[in-house]
Amino acid sequence: MGAILVGYALLLVAALSAIAYVLGRTTGARLKPAAGEKIHSLPGYHGAFVAVWVGIPALILVILWAGLQGPVIDRMITASLPAELSSGKSGAEVALLVSEVKNVAAGRMFSEPNPAIVAAAERLNAWESIAGWALLVIVVAIALGSISITRSKLSPRFRARNDVEKTISGLMIACSVVAILTTLGIVVSLVYEASAFFAMVPFHEFLFGLKWEPQIALRADQVAGQGAFGAVPVFVGTLLISAIALVVSVPVGVFTAMYLVEYADERVRAVVKPILEILAGIPTVVFGFFAILVVAPAVREFSMTLGLAASPNSALAAGLVMGIMIIPFVSSLSDDALKAVPRSMRDGSLALGATPAETVVKVLLPAALPGIMGGILLAASRAIGETMIVAMAAGLIATMTINPLDSVTTVTVQIVTLLTGDSEFDSPKTLAAFALGLVLFVVTLTLNIIALRIVRHFREQYE
Amino acid sequence: MTVAADIKTDTSAFATIRTPDLQPRPVKVKATGVKVFYGAKQALHGVTIDIPDRTVTAFIGPSGCGKSTFLRCFNRMNDTIVGARVEGEILLDNRNIYAPDLDVVELRARVGMVFQKPNPFPKSIFENVAYGPRIHGLARTKAELEEVVVTSLQKASLFNEVKDRLQEPGTGLSGGQQQRLCIARAIAVSPDVILMDEPCSALDPIATAKVEELIDELRANYTIVIVTHSMQQAARVSQRTAFFHLGHLVEEGPTNMIFTKPIEQRTQDYITGRFG
Ligand SMILES: Nc1ncnc2c1ncn2[C@@H]1O[C@H](COP(=O)(O)OP(=O)(O)O)[C@@H](O)[C@H]1O
Ligand SMILES: [Mg+2]
Repeated sequence: MGAILVGYALLLVAALSAIAYVLGRTTGARLKPAAGEKIHSLPGYHGAFVAVWVGIPALILVILWAGLQGPVIDRMITASLPAELSSGKSGAEVALLVSEVKNVAAGRMFSEPNPAIVAAAERLNAWESIAGWALLVIVVAIALGSISITRSKLSPRFRARNDVEKTISGLMIACSVVAILTTLGIVVSLVYEASAFFAMVPFHEFLFGLKWEPQIALRADQVAGQGAFGAVPVFVGTLLISAIALVVSVPVGVFTAMYLVEYADERVRAVVKPILEILAGIPTVVFGFFAILVVAPAVREFSMTLGLAASPNSALAAGLVMGIMIIPFVSSLSDDALKAVPRSMRDGSLALGATPAETVVKVLLPAALPGIMGGILLAASRAIGETMIVAMAAGLIATMTINPLDSVTTVTVQIVTLLTGDSEFDSPKTLAAFALGLVLFVVTLTLNIIALRIVRHFREQYE
Repeated sequence: MTVAADIKTDTSAFATIRTPDLQPRPVKVKATGVKVFYGAKQALHGVTIDIPDRTVTAFIGPSGCGKSTFLRCFNRMNDTIVGARVEGEILLDNRNIYAPDLDVVELRARVGMVFQKPNPFPKSIFENVAYGPRIHGLARTKAELEEVVVTSLQKASLFNEVKDRLQEPGTGLSGGQQQRLCIARAIAVSPDVILMDEPCSALDPIATAKVEELIDELRANYTIVIVTHSMQQAARVSQRTAFFHLGHLVEEGPTNMIFTKPIEQRTQDYITGRFG
C-alpha cells in the first residue's frame, strides 16, 4: 500500500513539474520589458526554472519519505503493542512480532492470530494509508508554494538562464557522486566483512599461510572441523595462470600491433581490426567452454605424447585461453602507443636507411615502451581479476605448485566457491571470500593506477 | 620510369629556363622528366634538373608547388607515402635510383635528409648520432663508433656545446641544437648528398644563422639540396636556385642570376613578392 502511494507520488511530482514548466514558460513569454530593457532569458528558461524548483524539492521529499516511513511506522507499532505481548522480550523477538503484524496486515496468515496482533495490523494499515495520503498532500502543497514563489520572481531582468545552468551542473555533480559513493560503499563493505574475517583468522596466517582448506565442517564435532586459511597457494595459482596468459598475449598482442602500425596497408587493417574487436567482445563464458572442450583436452593429449602427466583442468589450459582473451586488449593499447609516436620519428629513421623492422624495434618500440608497459599492466590486472574462464577451466583445490600442467585454483574461483555454498554468513569460510576480494581489489587497483599513470605520462610526452 | 617520350612533350609544353654556371661543375644528381602522383592527383609535371656536386642548390617557390615532393624523390621517401607514385628518371652518379635492383636502404645511406621540424629520437645525444653507423655497421669497435660520433658532431658544429652531456637525451636540446643534431645524425653515415626540407622554419634567427653557416661549411664535402620559403636564405646559402610553380620547374640558374636578372615573368613576380 505504502509503496504504491510512493509510486503515485513520483508520478505526481513529474506531472506537477510539467505543469510548472508550462506555467513558467507562459509567464516568461508574457513578460513586458521596460523601455530600454532587454529580457534576460528565453521563456523556456523561465519554464525550466519554475519546473526545477517544483520538481527537485518534491522529489527529495518523496525519497526521504519513502526511506523513513517504514522505520517510523515500525516504531509506532512496537510502541502500541499491548504490554503483555512485548514485555520482557528481546529486540529480536519484538521484531518477530512486528513482522507477524505486517504479515497479517498483508493478509498472509498461517494460523489464527492473536487478537492483539490483528488490532495492530489494522492500525498498521490505517497508518500506512494516512502516511501515503499525507505525502501526496504535502507534495502538492510544496509544488503550489514553489510555483507561486518562483513565478513571482520572474521578471524581464531575472537570470533564469544562469539559474538553470547552475541547477544542471549540480545535477551532473550529483550523478557522478552517485557512482563515487557506490564504489566507496563497496569498498567499505569489503573492508568491514574482511575485518570480521581477520578477527577470526590472524592477518599473517591468511597472507603467509601455506595451506588453504576453507571447508569448515557443518557440525562442530565433525572430524577436521577446523579450516585452514593460508592464501599463498591461491595467490600462487592466480599468478601462475596470469603469467601464462601474459606470456601468450604480450608477444602476440605487441607483434600484432607492430604489424598493423608499420606493415599492414589500409585493406588488411580494415579486416584485422574489426576481428580483434569481435574477439574482445566474446563473453568470457564462451572462452570458458572453449577452454574446457578444446584446449584442456588438447593440452592433456599433447603432454601425454610427451610422456608428461597433465591434470584435466590444468593451469596451462586456463592460462592459454585467458591469454587469447586479452590479446585484443594488449594489441589495441600497444597500437595506440605505437601510433602516438610522431611520424617524424619514423621518417627520421627510414631516411637514415633503416629498414621498417629496424625502425620499429630501435625507434618506435623504445619510444612507445611506456605506453605498451601501461597496456600490459592493465592486461595483467584483467587477467588477475578474470573469473569466468578460471571458474570453468581451472581447479578448485589449492595446490602449491608452479607446474603449468597441474591443476591450480585462483582467488576469483575461491571467492565464487566460498560464496555459492549454503553456509552461515558469519562463518570464517564465507568471510574468507571478502578477505580474498579485498586482496584482489587492492592488487588490481594498484596495477591500474600504475598503468594509467604510465600511459598518461607517455601521452603528455608527445602532445 | 617511362622516360624519353614523356620528356619531349613536357619540355615542349613547359620549357624550363636554364642558365648554366660560368664554370660548370660535375653533375651529382640528374633528374629527367620526374612526375609524382598522389593517388589521382598529379603534384609534379615532369621536372628536369641537374644538381651539381658539392654545391648548395636551393628550391624556392610558393607553398604547395611541389618542392618537398621533388626533394623526397631523391631518397625515395615518397615510397613511404601510401598512394604516391613516381615516374621519370633520377640518376645519382649515373645510376638510376628507381632501378628495380637498387637497394633503397643503401640509397638512403648515401642521400641523407634533414626535416622541417627537428626530429631527434628519444635517445641520448650519443645514441642519436650513433644510430645510423650502428644499423649500417660502419664502426666495428666502440672506439670507432665514438670517433664517428665525435667527428659528426664536430662537422655539425655542435660538439663543443654538447661534449659534456653526450648521454643526455637529444630531445632536451634547444630547437637549433636539435636541428644541428639531426644534421650530425645524417652526416654520421657519410652521405654524398644531404637533403634539407625547410630546415630553419622552426628556428629563431640566431639558430637559423648558425645552421646557415654550417650549410656553407658542409658544401665543401657534400652536395646539398635545400628547400626554403625564405628567399633571403636561398640568396645567402645557395649557389644555384630553382624556382618551382604549380608542379613545374619554371627557371633555374646561378643564385645571383635568379635574384637579380630572372628571365621568366613568374620568377620575377615571386622574387619581388608579388605572389606567393
Ligand atoms: N602525402 C600527400 N598526399 C597527398 N597529396 C600531397 C601529399 N604531400 C603533398 N601533397 C600535395 O602535393 C602538392 C605539393 O606538395 P609539397 O611538395 O608538400 O609542396 P611544397 O613543399 O612546395 O609546399 C600539394 O598540392 C600537396 O597538397
Ligand atoms: Mg614543403
